[in-house]
Amino acid sequence: MKELVIISGKGGTGKTTVLGCFAVLAANKVLADADVDAPNLHLLLSPEPLEESDYHGVDLAAIDEETCTKCGRCEEVCQFSAIRDLRIQPRRCEGCGTCAVVCPEQAITMTPQVTGQLYLSRTRYGPLAHARLVAGGEASGKLVTEVRELAHRVAVERGADLILTDGSPGIGCPVIASLSGVEATLAVTEPTPSGLHDLERVLLVAAHFQVRSAVCVNKWDINPQLTEEIERLARAMGAMPLGRIPFDEAVAESTAEGIPVVEVADSPAARAIRDLWTDMGENDLC
Amino acid sequence: MKIAVASGKGGTGKTTVAVSLALSVPDAQLVDADAEEPNCHLFLRPSIQRTIPVYMMVPHVDLTKCDFCRKCADFCAFNALAVVKEQVLVFPELCHGCTGCVYVCPREAIVARQRQIGEVEIGAARGMVFIQGRLKPTEPSAVRIVREEIAQIDPKGGPAIIDASPGTACAVQDTIGQSQFCLLVTEPTPFGLHDLKMAMDVAQELGVPSGVVINRNGARDSIIEDECRKRNIPVLLKIPFDRRVAEAYSRGQPLVDAFPEWRESLRSLYREIERRVMT
Ligand code: SF4
Ligand code: SF4
Repeated sequence: MKELVIISGKGGTGKTTVLGCFAVLAANKVLADADVDAPNLHLLLSPEPLEESDYHGVDLAAIDEETCTKCGRCEEVCQFSAIRDLRIQPRRCEGCGTCAVVCPEQAITMTPQVTGQLYLSRTRYGPLAHARLVAGGEASGKLVTEVRELAHRVAVERGADLILTDGSPGIGCPVIASLSGVEATLAVTEPTPSGLHDLERVLLVAAHFQVRSAVCVNKWDINPQLTEEIERLARAMGAMPLGRIPFDEAVAESTAEGIPVVEVADSPAARAIRDLWTDMGENDLC
Repeated sequence: MKIAVASGKGGTGKTTVAVSLALSVPDAQLVDADAEEPNCHLFLRPSIQRTIPVYMMVPHVDLTKCDFCRKCADFCAFNALAVVKEQVLVFPELCHGCTGCVYVCPREAIVARQRQIGEVEIGAARGMVFIQGRLKPTEPSAVRIVREEIAQIDPKGGPAIIDASPGTACAVQDTIGQSQFCLLVTEPTPFGLHDLKMAMDVAQELGVPSGVVINRNGARDSIIEDECRKRNIPVLLKIPFDRRVAEAYSRGQPLVDAFPEWRESLRSLYREIERRVMT
């Protein structure tokens, strides 16, 4: 079984649109939305939840005022400035438990918190593992890992050949957690200075974790020259340029309807994504 | 005054709005707080005058003192330590730098060392103060870098326009929480609406007033406008969908340079924000 993760570096380049289309085109697969900070895949796949479970994010420290002697040791050691005037700042607390360890009076306890839900759903294209965070819940790598583990479990149970994962934008913790232990990734970018710059940074991360990368340029005809530059950069960084998707109104229209573009029209973008999918297979990336 | 320019969803034009807003108001301080993927510099080509390194603590284990009791690995909330046979493995990309393992180790075998995770650069661009953060690739968290950036804002200077990272993670909450106003940039698509709602929830939770910019507006604006009406959040600006705008962006040209007629709209956007913050 393989896992293909779609990433982008820069957000809004069409990562979820491409993944939604792959969900239509791939045979025996399980889907995962690991963009837990801003999950969008469900808007294209209209999932019906089958299983739901609580997600326990980081613990939260609490100081028992009765026992506390106001020595201030906790404030000194906290690396996140999450204790101010002997009060815990919940938004800053990362749940590490260091304050609880150093408190000479054992006045600090760590309490688990439910910060979201994990779902296994049915969609018309196969099972989908996804999550929802409560407002302000931290989209840690931990939740990404739990979504991916759920997808793996289901893939094993159902004998699926492939897991298709929508990764996060950026290069931080959630992206790192999406890439760990993955064989192949497809980076979707656009021909803009930011698209180029962000692609370079995310390919560095992929290379560090020894993931094979392919690169596809969305809306390539907005700037053909920059598209070529992006493809050159990809090659230079050991990634494979694979596929160009033209700017196409049909994408916006089908997304507004909540339907992957390859389902509705034989539009230029739909054709390009179908070709991309074939090339991915021929290069043993999915 | 600090204005956070945020967007639940990436790629909605947050940087475009932040850069053009900063270019349209006098004495602005532009802060690129999207330290994972800083992009404002691509449009402004700043000259950097000062670089402040940002560090995080990471454990170093002295194996001659260690008896492999595993207390450190059991303690670490982030699974950044593993004790296997006669080895203690540290996974730096998982470590949050809490230093808890240092205190937990009964044999004083662990010391905390500093590791550079990125930097904050300060300079000037077209007459304004320019501050940007950069997270090193393979480092997991930009929170510390963003905090350092915000600390570098001159409180006596002009308005600080802060380009936050996309999403609603820790660093973004920090940015919004320290601002007086949150400008949310979105696009009229189901993805845009979904992520906008998440960002609105965060701003509301933090008690920071917000307003919306609809980018690439057109026939489907009502999905955003209905949500704004429901929550009593104003739509402050609309930027139409125009292939020429996309092309200017792809050449690295700020909106107000390519289309100077936008300068006045951005100025009134700023005045409107100011008015809302004052009252
Ligand atoms: S707690 Fe200290 S002695 Fe025990 S395994 Fe960790 S480093 Fe070694
Ligand atoms: S410093 Fe904290 S996060 Fe890092 S290894 Fe030690 S206990 Fe884990």
